[in-house]
Amino acid sequence: MTNNNSFRNPTLSAEIGMVILAVFIICAIFAPFIAPFGEAESVGKTWLGPSSKFWLGTDNIGRDMLSRVIYGARMTLGVAAICTCLSFLIGVTMGLLAAVAGKIVDQVLSRFVDLMLSIPILVFALMILSMFGSSLLTLIITIGVLDSFRVFRLARSIAVNVVVTEFVEVARLRGEGLWWIMRHEVLPNSLPPMIAELGLRFCFNFLFVASLSFLGLGIQPPFADWGGMVRESGRAISFGIPAPLWPALAIGLTTISVNMIVDWILSINARPSGASAEM
Amino acid sequence: MLRLILTRIFLGCLTLFAVTILIFAATEILPGDVASAILGQGATPETLAAFRIELGLNRPAYVRYFEWLSNALQGDLGTALTNKREVLATITPRLINTLFLAGYAAVIAVPIAIFLGIVAAINEGKWIDRAANIVSLGAISVPEFFIAYILIFVFATNLGWFPSLSTVYSDMGFWQKIHVVALPSITLTMLVTAHMLRMTRASVLAIMSQPYIEMAFLKGLPRNQVILHHALPNAAAPIISVIALNLAYLIVGVVVIEVVFVYPGVGQYMVDGVSKRDLPVIQACALVFGGAFVLLNTVADILIIMVNPLLRNSR
Amino acid sequence: MSIGFCRSTHAPLAPQRRCKIEKPILKIQGLRIENLAGEVLVDNANIELMPGEILGLIGESGAGKSTIGLAAMSYARAGCKITRGHIEIDGVQVRDLSAKGRAQFRGRRIAYVAQSAAASFNPAHRIMDQICEMPVHHGVLTHAEAEAWAVEMFRTLELPDPDNFGARYPHQVSGGQLQRAMAIMAISAHPDIVVFDEPTTALDVTTQIEVLLLIKKMIRDYNIAALYITHDLAVVAQIADRILVLQSGKMVELDTTANILHAPKATYTKELVEDRQTSDVFREKLLKSEREVILDASNIIAHYGDFRVLNDVSITVAKGETVAIVGESGSGKTSLARVMVGLTQLTSGSLTFMGSTLAPSLKNRSRDDLRKIQLIYQQPDVALNPRQTVGEIIGRPIMFYFNRSDAEITDRTAQLLHQVGLPEDYMNRYSTALSGGQKQRVCIARALAAEPTLIICDEPTSALDQLVAEDILKLLQQLQDDMGLSYLVITHDLGIVRRIAHRTAILLGGEIVANGPTGDIFKPPFHTYTEKLLQSVPELRETWLEEIIYKRSA
Repeated sequence: MTNNNSFRNPTLSAEIGMVILAVFIICAIFAPFIAPFGEAESVGKTWLGPSSKFWLGTDNIGRDMLSRVIYGARMTLGVAAICTCLSFLIGVTMGLLAAVAGKIVDQVLSRFVDLMLSIPILVFALMILSMFGSSLLTLIITIGVLDSFRVFRLARSIAVNVVVTEFVEVARLRGEGLWWIMRHEVLPNSLPPMIAELGLRFCFNFLFVASLSFLGLGIQPPFADWGGMVRESGRAISFGIPAPLWPALAIGLTTISVNMIVDWILSINARPSGASAEM
Repeated sequence: MLRLILTRIFLGCLTLFAVTILIFAATEILPGDVASAILGQGATPETLAAFRIELGLNRPAYVRYFEWLSNALQGDLGTALTNKREVLATITPRLINTLFLAGYAAVIAVPIAIFLGIVAAINEGKWIDRAANIVSLGAISVPEFFIAYILIFVFATNLGWFPSLSTVYSDMGFWQKIHVVALPSITLTMLVTAHMLRMTRASVLAIMSQPYIEMAFLKGLPRNQVILHHALPNAAAPIISVIALNLAYLIVGVVVIEVVFVYPGVGQYMVDGVSKRDLPVIQACALVFGGAFVLLNTVADILIIMVNPLLRNSR
Repeated sequence: MSIGFCRSTHAPLAPQRRCKIEKPILKIQGLRIENLAGEVLVDNANIELMPGEILGLIGESGAGKSTIGLAAMSYARAGCKITRGHIEIDGVQVRDLSAKGRAQFRGRRIAYVAQSAAASFNPAHRIMDQICEMPVHHGVLTHAEAEAWAVEMFRTLELPDPDNFGARYPHQVSGGQLQRAMAIMAISAHPDIVVFDEPTTALDVTTQIEVLLLIKKMIRDYNIAALYITHDLAVVAQIADRILVLQSGKMVELDTTANILHAPKATYTKELVEDRQTSDVFREKLLKSEREVILDASNIIAHYGDFRVLNDVSITVAKGETVAIVGESGSGKTSLARVMVGLTQLTSGSLTFMGSTLAPSLKNRSRDDLRKIQLIYQQPDVALNPRQTVGEIIGRPIMFYFNRSDAEITDRTAQLLHQVGLPEDYMNRYSTALSGGQKQRVCIARALAAEPTLIICDEPTSALDQLVAEDILKLLQQLQDDMGLSYLVITHDLGIVRRIAHRTAILLGGEIVANGPTGDIFKPPFHTYTEKLLQSVPELRETWLEEIIYKRSA
């Protein structure tokens, strides 16, 4: 078990990650005050290079890239964050239920999840989005539910180890009900190991939303989102115009930041392996 | 052990069967009405009714499912709604292209990743481990298309070494193909190598913490012998699952990469089908991807059973 | 064979061996070991080991015994670092050597026997290959010679089918056999020194004595010097010439075995010896009068899968009585406890508790039945939720069974903490901040909070250090005297039985082979298994093991 004094100060890379992430979050919240131009406003000629007026140039219909990258933070980060919350809500609840509620419930839920994960998640999402259409709500529910299967697996495997401990047995022997055990005994001991996973799932969902948008099936215009922006200006790269690199860079920076923070969280409780023994 | 393997194969077949149901359900039952989904809101009731009959939607779902399944088993994947071509005839050469691309990337990525993963693990905390960690973290953090566009920007647009579009024809020579497909395969390689390296490192480290490794060091064996003789035989199972998992990842990664490079593979076919709501195409592509996934997982599990000393030499 | 036998004459009643040569074979000076956080694990350890001498290292968990044992091989586990001191093997300063130079000493000059043989054998290789690896690598024997030698050893140590034993994989043989194989592996390159790190702790008593005999014989036959690490004073008394007592990384006392046992100087050593002596002595405990029987389990049969774990077991517990169930691993003693609390379904038989029949399954028992039977576990670490405060842990049963107000719960919790000997302000602490003994006290307080009639104690002290365990036993005794509680104690430790049980039942293979007042159980005539069990438990007398060797050879 962890004890509180093992909490270490953030590493340098984790600090960098936090700063970058904070900048993007501020952009997302205060976009209208920060962005020099509007989200869907044509303000100049098409495909302008970076200049003092348009720091990152303009896109295929003359919109300011910088403004769109700032506005894009809203959609891309927001959608990914909501999806992650949804997937954790479903995944953790179901995972704990499978661990606590006995063999039959566990088998049914686990086999169902195995089946859902036996098709690549992107292919699954493409199928569903093609049929339902890409409304924002459909997108969030699809990604949230699909991702919850992975959260389920992890939550279940952690909770199963908690459920067999003796303090849970004590609660059972006392006569406590299922929900009380889930809420008071299993949940508090299952969540801390999942904090790092929260970050990783966010990264995954974030890249997933970006990929879907890039394929034209994610967030739809006129909303600015980083994946869609890459799609709109993608072909320009063959003519030496770096426009698609900016939103793609924003995507990369976000995930790297989150990963650096996750690495730090993981390292707090990590023990050195046998490979580093003094020999 | 043979029984275990046969059970696993049976389980694989069962999963495959369940996958077909899932694909069918997701595309034909869930939306309620495929016809209006395909034709859009502007369709008149008459055209909708006609289209329903054309699709056979007036019959119960399970009849249509078994018809679709038995046709698929006989190699009839239906006709594309948009261009009225046989899906099978279109998908076969595209599948070969996709396998070529994925195989190309895998051949480069697997040995490099496994080797570097092991090297990083046994040098835990040293500079080579840190470097591998930082570079691979970067590679798994950025979206596929970012790497792809950077590569295009540098090697196609500026240096002109490779074409930016990977158009291949059936009459192209092997080396010509290798050259044309270089950029997408390097993109995939980078992604998969990073993932695989990190996972390999983690599983080797888990082995290195075992008491029998400490025992081997206490026997006075040199480091490389401990690793080669004591750690790696036990790391085989986790490494196999790492490879399987990443080959599966490769298959998915292919979808986006094919779109970026306009490469005529199954992934792009599926994305086209999705954007045109071409039902038989979507179903066929999903079936191909799902089947490959199930196949990979089954093969990996069988290999793991075969390398496990506890199962290989039961009591 | 190229092994010389230094001492093949057996002197049955002469535990003290004098084989002193001028120069020590192992010399550790000013050894200091720290972990990554800079905490000192071992401070200023000084050890001299003569050729053929056996030094026992004894201490409780966290005393640094294993760390010193590994440091003798100039090895520090991941996260630890040898920061100061000299390690000299046969005149060579090992710490000054390169990694390669140090590796040449390991296995060849100084070898290691670990606590868990099952974990220390590589599951991917055959036992023979792992034994031969060391002598072949160090160039002591060729592979063929090593194999022949190993088969010879398998035969000497009475391993089953010695010619083919080595062809098996580690998971195909039993724990006791594997432990013997590891001892063979340790001496395969004919080292001068062997570090034994709790080699018998993971074994049952009847297996432990066999491994002990073998180690003793091996050390004697091959004239090996040894560091013998253990937490059990009685075990080390049989083996060691000298004993080093350690406490939290510091040397407390170093003297000959006889002096440590009979004339200890340091207070800590005195406590250890006295406490160990009391567990050898039987304290007759009789109930003053016939009491009413509160728990009556009769003809219990229970299965685990298809395996019958309990076969026609009958046992009663009276008010204010302590009944001990004794057995080795696999005897079904834990299953019996689980049947009683309703976690394992019985196949047939009946449970009567305070005059009424207990439902076999937990789900069908009334809240009052659940309340009256409480359980205390072996590992207090995992029996307490690490995310709850001590107050929450103890307060919950009060709330659950008696539905009191918050203020009343706080008062009652404080009272219970006081009863188990913990300060009131522990209420706001998390259990992770407590020591093992304190955690077990919290577990007892939680059981008391339900105001039970019967407490089932499943190995209540076996995860605790010797002196802490003694205090817990005293506490249990005290509570029984004050409140008239009944205990059903599940244990493998006859020392506990001798100290607290009114009545004892001995369980073997799911059946009760002896049952009666504790005094009668430990008096002849014995059941054969009881006798074997009793004889296998190490006693503090230094001559105990020698006597057994003598008896057996007679």
